[in-house]
Amino acid sequence: MGAANLSLAQTESRTAKVVSISKTATPVAEALEPAAVIPLGKPGEGWKKTASRWGIWWLVNGVPPLITLVLLLIVWQIGFSKPGASLPSPSIVWSEASDLILQPFYWAGSQDMGLGWRVLTSLQRVLIGFGLAAVAGVIVGAIIGQSVWAMRGLDPIFQVLRTVPPLAWLPISLAAFRDANPSAIFVIFITSIWPIIINTAVGIRNIPQDYRNVAAVLRLNHIEFFFKVMLPSAAPYIFTGLRIGVGLSWLAIVAAEMLTGGVGIGFFIWDAWNSSKLPDIVVALLYIGFVGFLLDRIVAAVGNLVTRGTAAS
Amino acid sequence: MAMPYLKIDHVDKSFTRGAATTEVLRDISLTIENGEYVSIIGHSGCGKSTLLNIIAGLTPVTSGAVLLENQEVNSPGPDRAVVFQNHSLLPWLTVYENVSLAVNKVFGGRKNRAERDEWIRHNLALVHMSHALDKRPSEISGGMKQRVGIARALAMEPKILLLDEPFGALDALTRAHLQDSIMDIHMRLKNTMIMITHDVDEAVLLSDRIVMMTNGPAATIGEVLPVHLARPRKRLDLVADATYSRARAAVLEFLYARHKAPSIAA
Repeated sequence: MGAANLSLAQTESRTAKVVSISKTATPVAEALEPAAVIPLGKPGEGWKKTASRWGIWWLVNGVPPLITLVLLLIVWQIGFSKPGASLPSPSIVWSEASDLILQPFYWAGSQDMGLGWRVLTSLQRVLIGFGLAAVAGVIVGAIIGQSVWAMRGLDPIFQVLRTVPPLAWLPISLAAFRDANPSAIFVIFITSIWPIIINTAVGIRNIPQDYRNVAAVLRLNHIEFFFKVMLPSAAPYIFTGLRIGVGLSWLAIVAAEMLTGGVGIGFFIWDAWNSSKLPDIVVALLYIGFVGFLLDRIVAAVGNLVTRGTAAS
Repeated sequence: MAMPYLKIDHVDKSFTRGAATTEVLRDISLTIENGEYVSIIGHSGCGKSTLLNIIAGLTPVTSGAVLLENQEVNSPGPDRAVVFQNHSLLPWLTVYENVSLAVNKVFGGRKNRAERDEWIRHNLALVHMSHALDKRPSEISGGMKQRVGIARALAMEPKILLLDEPFGALDALTRAHLQDSIMDIHMRLKNTMIMITHDVDEAVLLSDRIVMMTNGPAATIGEVLPVHLARPRKRLDLVADATYSRARAAVLEFLYARHKAPSIAA
């Protein structure tokens, strides 16, 4: 109620303000028009306020990492500018590989393309592998969380399998699929599924007994219970799992592509290493870092959007 | 002899953990008529919530049976709607959606969309929550949440409404307000209600009969006290009422003189 009144008052405030200036309102009229009582800033002050808020945000969150970055570049430049240095300095990276930064989507045939395209190819693999892992992980996690016997049977096996490093799966995967692309996707899948399963199972096990009682009184069937109670209730846990999972997928894809070859950011690095183009590798690392950061933020943002209002009250 | 509406027939309940067996309820027998308001009162740990869960079907009996309209009850269902102590609203759904979850499930086949919408709004109006249909549980007060919990239970059109210490977590003023609401709803809808409570005044004010339980383990019904007070009952008029005072004294005497809580007795 209070909130509704306030928003009404705000929409009315513009017209109401004119009234209050031109007329001397009686106390009764003032009481009838709550909008006239609310003090309003001068016109044009709004965007200034927004701008200054952004300015402060930048000062607090943008400037410190910028300073760190500049310091890092200076140290790096000084450290590796001697002739015969083992690694390229920032200035050499810029002079030799700036085209990779400036033209991410340049295209001159399948052997010579911008890093943007290569990243997109890798992302496509991650999307398929991670997507499958998300669906399978949530379902398996729900079963383990729901059934004590499923947990007893599967959990020990999963605890062993999840410690297997991503690349250890690759030879088996190559043997099974006899093709590089599905093998890389499988490695993504098998790497990212464990945290999704485990977190989902924990989330399901933590569904309050009250919600289960409500579902029991309503006689919700298994499918209704899954979609209407389980998923929303476990959503915060599930998204924690997804976020860890997407990070692991991105870690695994680069390594997998270095071995499987073809197109992709991982193979690009391997290729650059073989042709001794160290500046290219440095740029590729930057791409990988930024994309990984973005992936993490996207999953976190989707999680925030979906779990809004899920926090128990 | 006419069949009673609800019959609790020689119910025993014991919980077994490993080798140890704890007897919680022993030989509970009680019949409740249609439209009656019955309170179950007793000290903490006497198994009154277990008894309510047995009637709800959430807890299975060890022996004996619960019969509702001569049908045995052994699983939960919307004909015995429960108002839980801590409201148990789903926090990701709005007030309206929490009630609609129940209504859509119970009346999905019998009412069309418009009728269901009308029924949801009607029940929320009954508990005076029409102003907050789109609010989430975290945005409303404890008393309001409990109102929505009551609306959700009423909306299932249950044969029996089970209230598990419905006002236990609320402050005294809000509690009085909700007690009046419940009395009003009971007057209007004439539904059968069973309420768990540990508040003597609440029990006397609301009930037709008060079931007093002895202390556990192996708790049973110690005494059943009929409350012969005309309805509608007004809280203020009852303060000086002799029948009210006598009923209140009888419950207090049972709870604190004859069946002291173990912790008090020690």
